[in-house]
Amino acid sequence: MFDQLSDRLQSTLSEVRSRGKLSEADVDRAMREIRLALLEADVNFKVVKSFTADVKERCLGAGVLDSLDPGQQVVKIVNEELAKLMGGAGRDLAFASSGTTTILMAGLQGSGKTTACAKLAKHLAKDGHTPALAACDTQRPAAVEQLVTVGKRAGVPVYQKGTDPDPVEIAEWALNRARAEQRDVLIIDTAGRLHIDEELMDELARVKKTIKPHDVLLVLDSMTGQDAVNVADEFAERTDFDGVVLTKLDGDARGGAALSVRAVTGKPVMYASTGERIEELERFQPERMASRILGMGDVLSLIEKAEEVSDRDQAEELERKIRKQQFTLEDFLQQMRQVRRMGPLSNVLGMLPGMGGAMKQIRGANMDERELDRLEAIILSMTPQERNHPGIIKGSRRKRIARGAGTTVQAVNQLVKQFGQMQKLMKQLAEGRMPSPEQIARSASRSGGPRFTR
Amino acid sequence: MATSWQEVFELPQGAAPGGHVVDEPPEQERRGVFRRLRESLTKSRRALADELTASLGDSFDSETWERLEEALILADVGARTTADVVGRLEREVESGEIPDPEAARERLCELLAELADPADGRIDLTQRPAVVMVVGVNGSGKTTTIGKVAWHLQRELGLTVVIAAADTFRAAAIEQLEAWAQRAGCEIVKGSPGGDPGAVVFDAISAAESRGADVVIADTAGRLHTHGNLMEELAKVRRVIAKRLEGAPHETLITIDSTTGQNGLRQARAFSEAVEVSGVVLTKLDGTAKGGIALAISGELGIPVKLIGVGEGLEDLRPFDAREFAAALLGF
Repeated sequence: MFDQLSDRLQSTLSEVRSRGKLSEADVDRAMREIRLALLEADVNFKVVKSFTADVKERCLGAGVLDSLDPGQQVVKIVNEELAKLMGGAGRDLAFASSGTTTILMAGLQGSGKTTACAKLAKHLAKDGHTPALAACDTQRPAAVEQLVTVGKRAGVPVYQKGTDPDPVEIAEWALNRARAEQRDVLIIDTAGRLHIDEELMDELARVKKTIKPHDVLLVLDSMTGQDAVNVADEFAERTDFDGVVLTKLDGDARGGAALSVRAVTGKPVMYASTGERIEELERFQPERMASRILGMGDVLSLIEKAEEVSDRDQAEELERKIRKQQFTLEDFLQQMRQVRRMGPLSNVLGMLPGMGGAMKQIRGANMDERELDRLEAIILSMTPQERNHPGIIKGSRRKRIARGAGTTVQAVNQLVKQFGQMQKLMKQLAEGRMPSPEQIARSASRSGGPRFTR
Repeated sequence: MATSWQEVFELPQGAAPGGHVVDEPPEQERRGVFRRLRESLTKSRRALADELTASLGDSFDSETWERLEEALILADVGARTTADVVGRLEREVESGEIPDPEAARERLCELLAELADPADGRIDLTQRPAVVMVVGVNGSGKTTTIGKVAWHLQRELGLTVVIAAADTFRAAAIEQLEAWAQRAGCEIVKGSPGGDPGAVVFDAISAAESRGADVVIADTAGRLHTHGNLMEELAKVRRVIAKRLEGAPHETLITIDSTTGQNGLRQARAFSEAVEVSGVVLTKLDGTAKGGIALAISGELGIPVKLIGVGEGLEDLRPFDAREFAAALLGF
């Protein structure tokens, strides 16, 4: 959790401000906290060691800025270094200049390959491509049926020959078919395999040798722990891959495995899979991943998603308002409307900082569509003046609003209170301070307070 | 002294496991399995054994402890549990209780085995029908595990099993489980895709009762614990089971992929809150991951590991043995 990390660092570095500079001892102590945070995030032990050694250099002698406390400053540096490491040199999908581009998907059992294949197909189709899928998993019971089903959902053809033929044969046949049917991309699903399974790794190498894919993607479960490095290393050595698809990011795993793979193999993460629905695949954003690994959540994603469904102008205006702390109930209403169009609420809420633990509380608050309707009714019963300056809503105004919305004065009070908390949240975000999970939970909870059961 | 099938599955008093002829898995599959196991064990054993020999060396110094910590963290034991265990060992060494590095290795193994053994590691099959619910995040190995358990129960203990295909969400999940039911040689009760999962288990229990079957094993859809509505759905399935048959489900097993990092603890915790998990199946231990997160789960939540999965074949299931697990984790 960023908040906790920042706090821990702050207490570790409490002497620093007076001295105005970070000494080596200070930095060593800070690095220990960073190490723990990264290990908790499942970054590989050895990667953590070398990474913190690099970061230490940057921190040493770094002057203490006025606007940030030393703890925040160290985290800022770490965040930047992480983002640099996650981003940096990489490549997008390589496409054939003509004919059919082939993309080979590989990975361990259960990593999410088949789902990722369909999602990638849908994603590429949206970009104007004509993809097809090849069912080359002849190992897993009903794997072919699964790909056929998700392929249908993605609206793309699936080429399959059952499980009797050798996967290499199926791949070749599928490629010929794709060419004949003028599909410009063929995505090849393969069986999940252990990186130490000689036979299956050989098979994958044979598929690669025969098909000569333009892209080989390693599908990696974001909750993978220390072993990620071993897996990536072996796959890189035996078949080599061009990039990673990181899956199940709608969970609350911090995803340190991604950093490890990047650090050790140099391969970039290309795509992030963020849910079970077919649309839930996006281009990987290194800065967001860096924040997530450190526990800072994904505020940027939230804003960007908002941008997708609203006017670009509206989004900019909103950003400006947030920064200037002019966020009003009118804006709140607008945001609510947009949030409704965004997809499962839990996904969206999950992007706020420190949401992992607070998620349960929030879901307990049942912030579903009906709740939003109720909130909307209340806001619509307000005058524009009341919406822009909720502070004036007292006594008789509350009664009138309640009557107009067909609800109780208590509900109106709650909304105003909730909004007040959200304003505080926005203020903190604007000032560059991350709110704590408790604060977020409070602002979203119906009861206006967190309901921690422990 | 590995735990045996008869030890891990708790049967009714006086139950005499009858003979139940079930097909052996095909020869090719078995060879593949053993070869992979040998290879993986050799590779990982060597790596960790080297690490630990280097760690413990001839004398104890600060580097010793650091390297020990490293070995445990690399095994996904987690920083906190590692600190606890190594700290304890360090204190014992300093107080003179431990004479030499060899004894330290032994003691470390003991400490880890203790952590891995918090509660009754048996699977309760004393009721008729005994109902086992299997839960876990996507891709953790639920369906494969169910196939293996069904096969072992029929083969080793002569029990009749009915499988409930209550994953009504995932594409082709029912077909997948059907294939396993066929391999295991047991009956399967299914509903329609997209149908109510609780209803499928309900029907399976009825079928088991009317046929006099011994065990019902219910598959469920994989779900991330961060999705509150899905966790609520799971809780609902459990309620349906409990209403249908008093005391059921008698076991709720969560499959945890042994490659999972610290998130495994969050998974176990969240699933436990939704449905009262009684045991862990640690899957995919035939890879290079050590599954150390199981120690954190046992240690902090008191949920015991009951079974381990060691491959994709029917045979690739073992009763959990804390001592063996600790030794394998340390590379002994």
